Amino acid sequence: MNAFDWDAVGEALPLLLEGFRVTLLATVLGTLVAAVLGLAIAVAGRAPSRLVTVPVKAVMEFIRSTPLLVQLVGAAALFTSVEPLTIGIVVLGVHYATYTSEVYRAGIDGVPKGQWEACRALSLSPRRTWQAVILPQAVRNVLPALGNYAISMFKETPFLAVITVQEMVFEARKYGADHFAYTEAFTLAGLVFLVASYPTSLLMRKLEKRLGH
Amino acid sequence: MATDSAPLKEPADATPATGTAAVEPLVRFDKVVKRYGDHVVLDELDFTVRRGEHVTLIGPSGSGKTTILRLLMTLEKVSDGVIWVDGSPLSHVRTADGSLKPAGEKQLRESRKKIGMVFQQFNLFPNMKVLQNITEAPVNVLGMAREEAEARAVDLLDLVGLSGKVDAHPSQLSGGQQQRVAIARALAMRPEILLLDEVTSALDPELVAGVLDLLGDIARSTDITMLCVTHEMNFARDVSKKVLMFDAGRVVESGSPEKIFSDPEHERTREFLNAVL
Repeated sequence: MNAFDWDAVGEALPLLLEGFRVTLLATVLGTLVAAVLGLAIAVAGRAPSRLVTVPVKAVMEFIRSTPLLVQLVGAAALFTSVEPLTIGIVVLGVHYATYTSEVYRAGIDGVPKGQWEACRALSLSPRRTWQAVILPQAVRNVLPALGNYAISMFKETPFLAVITVQEMVFEARKYGADHFAYTEAFTLAGLVFLVASYPTSLLMRKLEKRLGH
Repeated sequence: MATDSAPLKEPADATPATGTAAVEPLVRFDKVVKRYGDHVVLDELDFTVRRGEHVTLIGPSGSGKTTILRLLMTLEKVSDGVIWVDGSPLSHVRTADGSLKPAGEKQLRESRKKIGMVFQQFNLFPNMKVLQNITEAPVNVLGMAREEAEARAVDLLDLVGLSGKVDAHPSQLSGGQQQRVAIARALAMRPEILLLDEVTSALDPELVAGVLDLLGDIARSTDITMLCVTHEMNFARDVSKKVLMFDAGRVVESGSPEKIFSDPEHERTREFLNAVL
């Protein structure tokens, strides 16, 4: 009874891989949202007007001070007519944007003061200063850190199961319940996570080295 | 015909006749004060620079020389007083009742177009190739066509002796080469006034002479007005027409380089020159 059922592993694998597609989709799109929104928050945080910076800070504090799980359930309850997967992607993206914005902020702060002064001395517009000079340098500095957040988000996608998104862990639980083979299904899911994220983090480390961090 | 055009012509003739344009210096500091908290860097500073003049600012560290350039580049705001450039306030705008108030960022950006600056640390954009460093502002600020801007950039690189480095990245260049690119970048905006802030201080000793020679060439071959903060007394002597000696935020003494270097009037100038020469 306690023996590891290898047949169950073979049976569960196709189901889990089906779920893995959803996991991957949520991660990629969620990362995209986090990357773009985080950048917008970081730039808005440097706005000269407190009318912009204060509300942005307040929302960020709120999101960072509450658990992802609660935000998912809350959003699902608020927007009942929206697809659970869409809610999951947006909530993941927004949640992580509050962290990536800090990463971008550090990257922007890391651009030497002389770069801003050179832009001013050349009369570049604020828009051109950001677009052509500051952001390309800032983003290059933070790419590895952003990659690490993407991996971390990847491992948090199982929370989406709570709002009925049929990602991999959702499938694993379903298979486990149907066949009473939780150990096999969850071990397999864990292995798939490992196989996917370990090479990615190796890749990130390589990227970090190439960028000279 | 003649009678029709006469009233139109008259004011046009009258403008140069007033002569103020010829007398008005290109740069005039009018009781300029710069404070950081309680620390007064410039104390009611008055001085003028005529069009085409090459002025060197010398003086001990902390005497406010670099601050003057930074104020002119509008990288810093004056605490009090007014800087006039070509008869207009540099960092102020006239209100309806004729008084002056600090200018907004947009107006400052307009003012800056006449002025270029070369920095001690070069401040080239590391994410752009040499050519793009030079064309960025002409294309995006002056609205120059890219082909024209690139052709001019190639000419400027030729002028600064780096014609082979069009496609290089700044990180592939020596300090001296980077500073030459920075000079080309500033010149590409065709500034009326070029500010040089200790442009050789960050260079290895063997690279200093080349950059100074280049600046000397530019000074001799253009009518650009130059304000130069330097510790290179040779440059002050050979290139500039006027030397201003600063101490504690004031002009202690000013005059031709011959006068200042051979026969300084002020004790403070003598002390300073003894220390650096």
